[in-house]
Amino acid sequence: MSATAEAPAIQRVSGWRKALGKARSNPTTLVGAVICLVILLAAILAPWIAPHDPAEQDIISRLAPPGGEYPLGTDQFGRDILSRLLWGAQISLTVSLGAIAVACVIGGSIGMVSGYIGGRFDLFVMQVMDVLLSFPSLILGLIVVALLGPDLVNLVVAIALTAIAPFARIARAPTLALKERAFVEAGHALGYSHLRIIFRHILPNILPEVMVMASLWMATAVRVEASLSFIGLGVKPPTPTWGGMTRDGFENILDSPWLAIFPGMAILLLVLGLNMVGDGLRDATDPKLRNE
Amino acid sequence: MSEPLLSVQGLRKHFVQRKGFPRPRTVIVRAVEDVSFTIAPGEAFGLVGESGCGKSTAARALLRLIEPDAGQVTYRGQDVRSARGSALKALRRKMQIVFQDPYSSLDPRQTIGSALMEPMRVHGIATGRDARDRAAALLEEVGLPPGALDRLPHEFSGGQRQRIGIARALTLEPELIVADEPVSALDVSVQAQVLLLLKQLRERRGLSFLFVSHDLSVVRWFCDRVAVMYLGRIVEEGPSGRVLADPLHPYAKMLREASPVPDPAQRGVLPRIVGEIPSAANPPPGCPFHPRCAQAMPVCSTTAPRWTSAAGGGGVACHLHG
Amino acid sequence: MIWFVAKRLLAAVPTLLAVLTVVFIIVRIVPGDPALVILGDQATAEAAAALRTRLGLDQPMWVQYWTFVSNALTGNFGASLVTGRPILEEVGAVLPHTIDLTLASMVLGVVVGVPVGIWAALHRNRAIDVAARLLSLLGLSFPVFVSGIYLLLLFGLHWRLFPVIGNADLSDFGDRLHKVVLPAVALGLTMAAYITRVTRSAMLHSLGEDYIRTARAKGVPWRRVVWVHGLRNASLPVVTVVGLYVGILIGNSVLTEIVFNRPGLGKIIVGALNQRDYAMLQGLMVIYCFLIVVVNLVTDLLYGVMDPRVKQA
Ligand SMILES: Nc1ncnc2c1ncn2[C@@H]1O[C@H](COP(=O)(O)OP(=O)(O)O)[C@@H](O)[C@H]1O
Ligand code: SF4
Ligand SMILES: [Mg+2]
Repeated sequence: MSATAEAPAIQRVSGWRKALGKARSNPTTLVGAVICLVILLAAILAPWIAPHDPAEQDIISRLAPPGGEYPLGTDQFGRDILSRLLWGAQISLTVSLGAIAVACVIGGSIGMVSGYIGGRFDLFVMQVMDVLLSFPSLILGLIVVALLGPDLVNLVVAIALTAIAPFARIARAPTLALKERAFVEAGHALGYSHLRIIFRHILPNILPEVMVMASLWMATAVRVEASLSFIGLGVKPPTPTWGGMTRDGFENILDSPWLAIFPGMAILLLVLGLNMVGDGLRDATDPKLRNE
Repeated sequence: MSEPLLSVQGLRKHFVQRKGFPRPRTVIVRAVEDVSFTIAPGEAFGLVGESGCGKSTAARALLRLIEPDAGQVTYRGQDVRSARGSALKALRRKMQIVFQDPYSSLDPRQTIGSALMEPMRVHGIATGRDARDRAAALLEEVGLPPGALDRLPHEFSGGQRQRIGIARALTLEPELIVADEPVSALDVSVQAQVLLLLKQLRERRGLSFLFVSHDLSVVRWFCDRVAVMYLGRIVEEGPSGRVLADPLHPYAKMLREASPVPDPAQRGVLPRIVGEIPSAANPPPGCPFHPRCAQAMPVCSTTAPRWTSAAGGGGVACHLHG
Repeated sequence: MIWFVAKRLLAAVPTLLAVLTVVFIIVRIVPGDPALVILGDQATAEAAAALRTRLGLDQPMWVQYWTFVSNALTGNFGASLVTGRPILEEVGAVLPHTIDLTLASMVLGVVVGVPVGIWAALHRNRAIDVAARLLSLLGLSFPVFVSGIYLLLLFGLHWRLFPVIGNADLSDFGDRLHKVVLPAVALGLTMAAYITRVTRSAMLHSLGEDYIRTARAKGVPWRRVVWVHGLRNASLPVVTVVGLYVGILIGNSVLTEIVFNRPGLGKIIVGALNQRDYAMLQGLMVIYCFLIVVVNLVTDLLYGVMDPRVKQA
């Protein structure tokens, strides 16, 4: 065996760096990143840049069309749509970031530990994950929120629950391969605990895959949160949520269509931005998909 | 002989595989059937045999990297197989391993410095500045610059990585190093340097070695004693000069004839196929070597040969010498 | 082959049982006494107790579990607590609407997604390909209720091409078709986007394969090579995607039915949630999950039939 045999081992590491560079030079990813960044800034800066209090009701100018004092119009209570959209970004991002973080940590740990232990235990765990996957995700979210009651934490739990199984799968597959590598055995020989090997040595190596998955699932999480809010199972009013605003707007669609158009657009933009970033990252890290 | 450092008696490891559907067949791979040997303090003991004869499995089993099925392993009189928790951890300090493949034996995302300091931290040997100094000293000892501390494995060549692997094995200041074909994955041009390094370390630190190889000339150069393994068993054992120059067992003879050149620059590696190698999943009855043995007798295919002491130390398992 | 089918069938059994168990547990955690939900707060204690007996709620847990599982496995999903009608009957009444919608959107997804995906692959990295990729990304990003509302605004309210209310007369095929168009486009958009991407990538793979080059070298017309060989290879991943997509489709159909005010399974489940009709909820979840398990099984089997390599695995 000659030195050329080292190729796979090396590519993994520098591949991740190259991938980031590649993703950066991809216009789609760049545009997506800009969209996400703008929305993130809007959410963080909402208290300062929102022209009105999102809950402030202007009885005189109810259902005002876009323009003038209310750039995007007002809703049926005379609340400023633009301000509500800016504040609503907070809910969207908090819920989806929280849900993906929870799913990532729990699902990722389940996948790693299951793959690491292997054998019957692994088969059993994966069977359980299959069961979780057999539930249509929106329906599962719907039922969990309905059971627990609609608030921010429960939304996070419900959405996280639908994403745990996919994260477990994405973490397990590379773990199965990594645990056969000699450096894991070296860890045993050096007296490392299993937990140390899993979290200090396997985790850093599967992180790229999991992070790409996370960026792709962020988009799904935003969509599910918006969908639940649209059904009426989102964070309770008067807190502005994009899905809830779309729902309110939908009820006035005949005379004030902008009420539904703008929040719908906001959801679309955020999901699109996240998808663009995730797509670029995946193309750049998955050698099979590169340039395809 | 004084009290041995390591003693292995009747070591056995079978792999059970289930294949097929709907009626899975259970295939038992008898990777290590019956292996016994001892290593004295400061001694280098060689284990040679064709690829697949169970050398690595034996090495991993005695280190408890996989659990042996049977047998006794004692280190300085302490039972290795029953060690748990902190006792096992303490034993790990004393016995270290250098792997064959330097490309997979280092965590690709861990810097060299971190890889060398982590064992010290885990075993409470050194932390912080002290650990870093020790790591740098170890790198120097294996012939790498201290600047290597902050780099990742992929920045190094195979030979350099193997040096790092050796340095990592030394972090815990072990007494015994199990080297599982430590140079066979390296370019021929760097093999000699790494072997030389191991020999220097052995002399400087008074290390004992279990040196696994399929390369007879390397074993002759490095080891005091050697055991020849065939299909999970040791068929001959003794001082390496005697066993490799004048083997008793027909299999050992065959190995020797296949690599007659003592010059390390031209040494031959064992031919992988000399006759059909029987499967470890289905070993033949009697002497496991009889299907390939030129001197096989009728008794060989029915009765397993007993272990017989040989003149000048060691022994052999063959009906010719029973 | 028979063994392959048997193995997959066998593997689905524990999944089904586990799904049933999870549903059973979820529904038992719903707060509130079902008997009081049905009878109202003013119900007398005797009436409530009688109803509990009739529903089997006074039985020990494991008896309830056993009854539930054996009923579910024999196709008996119980009766709605609100209307008292068997769940299968309630479901059957709206099923044609749901099937119309699902089938129409699937057909749309395949009819749009496959050709566009092939087309994009053939023009890799050219303007057409870039446009197809961006558009599919956009389609993928549309929450179905947003695309539904936009379609409704444009085609229903602005141009008045399609009806706004979706409750079709089931005996009138034209009416059904007319009313399913907008919802099916909304629902099929995501599907088409998915299929475009998968087809494109599968095509790119198979275009690089040797036999395509061989066929070309032998003088088989390029169009024929692409459509016959390419399509055959692309069909495998498309089948997988359709299978994977069923879960999303179910969720999205709930939203579509709300936006277009169509009767259907989604409407029923939201109603059951609001009315705490836990028997209905339980039955619907079982039906949904069975559906997903069965679809997964079928795609699995199709995969095995289409790709002989799988059978050995
Ligand atoms: N984890 C395992 N599972 C099943 N079989 C194994 C495993 N490890 C090794 N073997 C088998 O055991 C035999 C001995 O392998 P090994 O110890 O690696 O041989 P060597 O190191 O002498 O080349 C081989 O037949 C190999 O296929
Ligand atoms: S015992 Fe018989 S078969 Fe085995 S090595 Fe000796 S002579 Fe050959
Ligand atoms: Mg080996």
